[in-house]
Amino acid sequence: MTAAASHIPAPAEKPPVASVGFIGWMRENLFSSWSNALLTVLIVWLLFKTIPPLVGWLFINAYGFDTSSRVCIADRSGACWAFVGEKFRFILYGTFPYDEHWRPLTTVLIFVGLLAASCSRRFWRPWFAGVWIVGLLAVGVLMWGGVFGLSRVENALWGGLPLTIMLSVVGLAVAFPLSVLLALGRRSNMPAIKAICVGYIELIRGVPLVSLLFMSSVMFPLFLPEGFTVDKLLRAQVAFILFAAAYQAEAIRGGLQAIPKGQYEAADALGLSYWQKMGKIILPQALTISIPPLVNTFIAFFKDTSLVIIIGLFDLLGTAKAALTDPNWRGFFLEAYLFIGLIYWFFCYSMSKYSQWLERSLHRGHAR
Amino acid sequence: MKKTILAATAAAAATFAISTAQAGPTFDAVKAKGFVQCGVNAGLAGFSNPDSAGAWSGLDVDFCRAVAAAVFGDATKVKYTPLSAQQRFPAIQSGEVDILSRNTTWSLTRDTALGLNFAPTTYYDGQGFMAPKKLGVKSAKELNGATVCVQSGTTTELNLADYFRANNMTFKPVVIEALDEVSAAYFAGRCDVYTSDASQLAGIRAAVASNPTDHVLLPEIISKEPLAPAVRHGDDQWFDVVKWAVYATITAEENGITSKNIDEHLQSKNPEIQRFLGVTPGMGKALGLDEKWAYNIVKQVGNYGEIFDRNVGPTTALKLDRGLNALWTKGGLQYAPPVR
Repeated sequence: MTAAASHIPAPAEKPPVASVGFIGWMRENLFSSWSNALLTVLIVWLLFKTIPPLVGWLFINAYGFDTSSRVCIADRSGACWAFVGEKFRFILYGTFPYDEHWRPLTTVLIFVGLLAASCSRRFWRPWFAGVWIVGLLAVGVLMWGGVFGLSRVENALWGGLPLTIMLSVVGLAVAFPLSVLLALGRRSNMPAIKAICVGYIELIRGVPLVSLLFMSSVMFPLFLPEGFTVDKLLRAQVAFILFAAAYQAEAIRGGLQAIPKGQYEAADALGLSYWQKMGKIILPQALTISIPPLVNTFIAFFKDTSLVIIIGLFDLLGTAKAALTDPNWRGFFLEAYLFIGLIYWFFCYSMSKYSQWLERSLHRGHAR
Repeated sequence: MKKTILAATAAAAATFAISTAQAGPTFDAVKAKGFVQCGVNAGLAGFSNPDSAGAWSGLDVDFCRAVAAAVFGDATKVKYTPLSAQQRFPAIQSGEVDILSRNTTWSLTRDTALGLNFAPTTYYDGQGFMAPKKLGVKSAKELNGATVCVQSGTTTELNLADYFRANNMTFKPVVIEALDEVSAAYFAGRCDVYTSDASQLAGIRAAVASNPTDHVLLPEIISKEPLAPAVRHGDDQWFDVVKWAVYATITAEENGITSKNIDEHLQSKNPEIQRFLGVTPGMGKALGLDEKWAYNIVKQVGNYGEIFDRNVGPTTALKLDRGLNALWTKGGLQYAPPVR
C-alpha cells in the first residue's frame, strides 16, 4: 500500500450558504446591487398592493352568473359576472333574432375552422380556395337566410363577433390581391400606373380610417339618387378594403425592396415574362419577408374594425357598449370590457403566434 | 383633431344635403314598403337601448312604434337604424330613415337649415348640475370657483361657459370626452359638480353612484333641451302623421285613456273621445290613416304617461320625475291641440 493510494481527498467544501440554492439565486438575480434591491422591494410591494385586491375583485368577492342585477348593484366590491351571463349572447351576436342565435354561432365556427385550416400548409392547394368559397356561401346562407326554411335576416341586424370577424376576414382577403397589385404598381416602370398606385396609397394612408368610414357612411349616400341606397354594411366593408389594401401594399413593397437585384436579373436572363418573374420568383420571396409587417397590419386591422361604432354598426365593442346602456344593468364597465378584451386578445394572440411559427417554417433557407 | 374633422364633414354633409335630398313623398314610400325605418340612438338608457335579447326599447323607440301603430295598425312594423351623433342628420336627409327619433334637441337651425321638421317634443330636458350632498350647495349661483366635470364637444360645455359668464362667476372645467369617464371622474371626487342634461344626471346618479342619496341635483336648469322626433322637409302629410302620433299619446293621457282601459272608452259618450278613437269617423281620413289610428297607438304602445313611466319613470332605474313633462293640467308642458 503506497502513500499515494491511501490518499483520500478531503470532502468537497460546501459553497457558502449565501451563494447557492434559493438564497444564492435571490442574491444574484434580485439583490445584486443596491438599485436592484430597491427595485425588487418596490415591485414586491406593488404586487402585494395590487394582486390581492385584483384576485378579490375577480373571484373572491365576485358574483356568479345567476345573481340578480339588484344584488350586484348594491355591492360593487366584486366583479358581477352575472352581467356577462345575462348579456353575453347580445354581446356576441348583437340584434340578430334571439331564437336564431345558432346561425351566427355556426358562422363564427365556420370562420374559425376555415382560418385554422388555412394555417396548415397541407391545405395550401388550389382546391382549398374552393373550400373557402363553399364556406363563405354557407356563411351567407346562414346569416341572410331566406332559403332552406331559414327565416330572412337583414344585415342591418347583424352584430357582435360575426360582424367583427366578417369585416376583418373579408376585408383582408379582398384587400390582399389588391395590395399585391398596388405594391407591384408602385415599383412599376410605367409612369401612369406608378402615379395611380402612389396616388392611391398616399391618399388613403393620408387620412384616418375614421374619416374614410365617415365618408362612406355619411357623405356617399347624399350623392346617390333618392331611393337608391347602398347597404350600410357594404359601404363600411368597402371602406375597410380600400384602407387595408393601402397599408398591406406598403408592407409588401418593403418585401419587394429587400429582394436582391440579382434575383430580378436572373429571372430576366431566363427569359421569364413579367408575371412569371413576379409570380414564381420575386413574390414568393418578398411575401415571406413581409410576413411580420403584414401580420402587424392584420392585427391592427382586426382591432380597427371596432371603429365602425361611429357609423352605428354593432361590432363586438359596439354590442358591449350597447349592453351597458340597459337601465337595469348599468355601470358594469369593467366586466364588459374584460369579456370582450379576452375575445380580442384570443384572436390577436393566435394571429401573432401563428405568424411566428410561419416565419420560422418559411425562413428555413434564410436561417443563420 | 378627429372631432374637428368629423364636425367639418358633418357640416359639409349638412350644407350639401339641402340642395340634393329632396324626398319623394315619404308617406307613400313608407306605406309601400310596409314598415317605418326609424333612426335611434345606438344606446342611451331609457330612450333607446337594445335589451338582452336584442329587442329595442325606450322612450324614443316607443314613438317610432306609435307611428307604426298609426300607419299599419301594428306597432311592430318598425325597423331600427342605430345612428351615431354625427350620422343622424345625413341619415334623415338622405332618406336612409323615415323618422329620426334620437334624443335630438329641437333648435332653429336644425328646423330650417338642416331641412328638418320637428314633431312635438317628446321629452323636455335641460342642463342641470349635480353635486355631492356633503358639499352643502343649495343653488348653482353658489358655485363660484368650482371645479366642474363636463363632457367635451357638446352644447353642454358651451352652455356651462355662458352660464358662469352671465353670472360673473369663474369655474375650473374638467373636460373629458367619454361620458363614462366624466361620471367616473365626478364620483372619484375630481370635481365639485357635474353638469349635463338633467335626465342624464338622474340616470347616472341612479346607476353609477354607490349611494344615490349622497348626491343632489341643483334646482337651476340652465338650458332648454326639447327632445323631439324629426322628419325631413318635403312631405307635409308624413309630418302630420308623426306629429299627431305624438299628440295622440298626450290626448289619451288627458282623457284618462290607457292601454288597459281603452276598450271601455269605446263606449264613451264624450264626443272628443268618440272622434279620437274613431267611433265617430273623420279624423283618420283627414290624416290619410285608418280610423282606428289613435286606438291602435294607445292600445299597443300606451298613452304618454305610460310610455314615460315604463321607460324613464320613478319605477325604472332612471327614476325621473315627470317635471316639465307632466301634462299642462298638472303643471307641465305636455299639451295636445284638440282632436276635431
